[in-house]
Amino acid sequence: MKYVDEFRDGDIARGLAAAIAHEADPARRYQFMEFCGGHTHAISRHGVADLLPPNVRMIHGPGCPVCVLPIGRVDLAINLALERGVILCSYGDTLRVPASDGRSLLRAKAEGADVRMVYSAADALKIARATPEREVVFFAIGFETTTPPTALVLREARAAAVANFTVLCNHVLTPAAIVNILESPEVRTLGTVLLDGFVGPAHVSTVIGTEPYEFFAEEYRKPVVITGFEPLDVLQAILMLVRQVNEGRSEVENQFSRVVSREGNLKAQALVAEVFELRRAFEWRGLGTVPYSALAIRAEFADFDAERRFGLEYRAVPDNKACECGAILRGVKRPTECKLFGTACTPETPMGSCMVSSEGACAAHYSYGRFRDRAPAATPAVSDA
Amino acid sequence: MRRDYHRPLDVKRGRVDLAHGAGGRATAQLVEELFLKAFDNEWLRPLNDAASLPIPAGRLVMATDSHVVSPIFFPGGDIGSLAVHGTINDVAMAGAMPLYLAAGFVLEEGYPLSDLQRVVASMAAAAKSAGVPVVTGDTKVVERGKGDGVYITTTGVGVVSAGIELGGANARVGDAIFVSGTIGDHGVAIMSKRENLEFETEILSDSAPLHRLVAALLAACPRIRVLRDPTRGGLATTLNEIARQSGVGMSLEERAIPVAPGVAAACELLGLDPLYVANEGKLIAIVPAPDAEAVLAAFRGHPLGRQAALIGRVTHDPDQFVQMTTALGGRRVVDWLTGDQLPRIC
Repeated sequence: MKYVDEFRDGDIARGLAAAIAHEADPARRYQFMEFCGGHTHAISRHGVADLLPPNVRMIHGPGCPVCVLPIGRVDLAINLALERGVILCSYGDTLRVPASDGRSLLRAKAEGADVRMVYSAADALKIARATPEREVVFFAIGFETTTPPTALVLREARAAAVANFTVLCNHVLTPAAIVNILESPEVRTLGTVLLDGFVGPAHVSTVIGTEPYEFFAEEYRKPVVITGFEPLDVLQAILMLVRQVNEGRSEVENQFSRVVSREGNLKAQALVAEVFELRRAFEWRGLGTVPYSALAIRAEFADFDAERRFGLEYRAVPDNKACECGAILRGVKRPTECKLFGTACTPETPMGSCMVSSEGACAAHYSYGRFRDRAPAATPAVSDA
Repeated sequence: MRRDYHRPLDVKRGRVDLAHGAGGRATAQLVEELFLKAFDNEWLRPLNDAASLPIPAGRLVMATDSHVVSPIFFPGGDIGSLAVHGTINDVAMAGAMPLYLAAGFVLEEGYPLSDLQRVVASMAAAAKSAGVPVVTGDTKVVERGKGDGVYITTTGVGVVSAGIELGGANARVGDAIFVSGTIGDHGVAIMSKRENLEFETEILSDSAPLHRLVAALLAACPRIRVLRDPTRGGLATTLNEIARQSGVGMSLEERAIPVAPGVAAACELLGLDPLYVANEGKLIAIVPAPDAEAVLAAFRGHPLGRQAALIGRVTHDPDQFVQMTTALGGRRVVDWLTGDQLPRIC
């Protein structure tokens, strides 16, 4: 397939892998975090880890919007659908996110809630226009990539005075989460996790540009390489990070220059600023409360804010005590070091955030990589019988 | 006394109503003027409660499949042809030659008779071209809002010859794994017509009857161990089912798995993995390694097997993992499908 196969070529991959192995100093370890769930998924689905030398390790970050959605926010949506009788529209992958009392939006749907899967924010507005007698709520989630489309429909809803349409806003911000990880005691002071650099998000950066990362590179002395979601992009970014570490540099480099610029998409940024404002604090599943890490709907659009219209009050709900998602998201623990992993917590019955979506660290390891967990003796042999 | 006059069924403008399912004259009229007219054969014609059928020697094979696909008409087929192919294929995967079909219809009050006629005509054409007649049936009508137009359950019987022993538990270490052609066509064709998601594509469903291909494969290699059609859950889920039944692992080559360019592109766009997307006219064959060449030749000699490919081997694996070498050169597990991204595809 044109424009895809070029970025998955096995020969080029082997060339890049050889360069990484050649340039990585065998006397040290390299630990890089790919922030974005899209990268986690690409790394797992294409088996990128197999091409890396043993001293180069990837840590899967929290950049999976479904994974970081806290239980309390899903509870709000479920209550709206079940108790207030609204049509609740959301992206398909939020439907399975586990909430309180073993519930999820999918289970609420089975209990009679009118939950609809949509592919875009515009579809939710379309449903509102088609059913003026019902309240329609769009459960908006995602990082900077999905924020502009939500802003657009809010603007359109206000312009057309669609009275039965509101948005329950859960949009979160990438840079705030990266700072939170860098400021966590394990990384910042205890030194139990050495983070040598970041693979920066692809699509998020098309919107925000590369500039916001310059702060981490300077303040925390961590190299950042922005890269695309194709496996060859990721390998190239890892090579660039290895080089920065070897040369003692900590810069923001842009491997994804075919799409991302320094200043990003100014039009989208202006649109988002017109409709949204910063929240003082927002709870992230796995990371806890992170200051100034999410967006709320501005007062000018208050009529279209589900939190205001329905007088919603957020109530935080803790995860299962044994769940290690927080430590896994910061790279302190690996999925297999969690007692729940693969036993009580599987992709079918996820308990923690990292198991919810295939972009989460635990689900990616479970679905794509768990053959690596067994003793070498059990490695399957191919033999002609 | 005046002669009875029955106003003929108004197929053009009429709609299914509750009387069509009540068992009275309206039901009889619907059966005679719509169903019997389309499916007509010597076993159905007497309109008895049950069909009485001659059966050749061999073991009897029976399979049933309910069809609830949405939308009812999709590129490359409709619920009618799908209902015929789906059950024929289930019977054929036992190595049997399908002989007869039974069809049960659940119709929703208000469904246009013209659409029903289209579905029934398509079903009759599919049955005729497959050479497997619909010999008995049933019709029920549910109130408006309690169905989705039309649901069809088909049951098929067939006969398998002595010496053919197929089953999901028969895969052995070293066996070759084949797929009969490109994967994911049906699921993507359905997706392309979903509400809110319509996209322009020339991808057609691969819905097709596989019994003649099966006969050709068995003629070339009676020792075939497993045949299965990878419908819901796609190739990945079907291989995992076989691995579990047989207590083995599998090792696949991503580059060997045929995917049509349009399907690959649509899957990229929608964030789907073609390995998990449904097929309705493909089969997986697991055969002893020494027979691999003969089986590949038999595939290639049949129109439905032209793009068949050897995609992997059966391995010894106590954990029953299906693994794959990616095009990039890494390895991954190809796991069971989790959840369901594509509701009601068949």
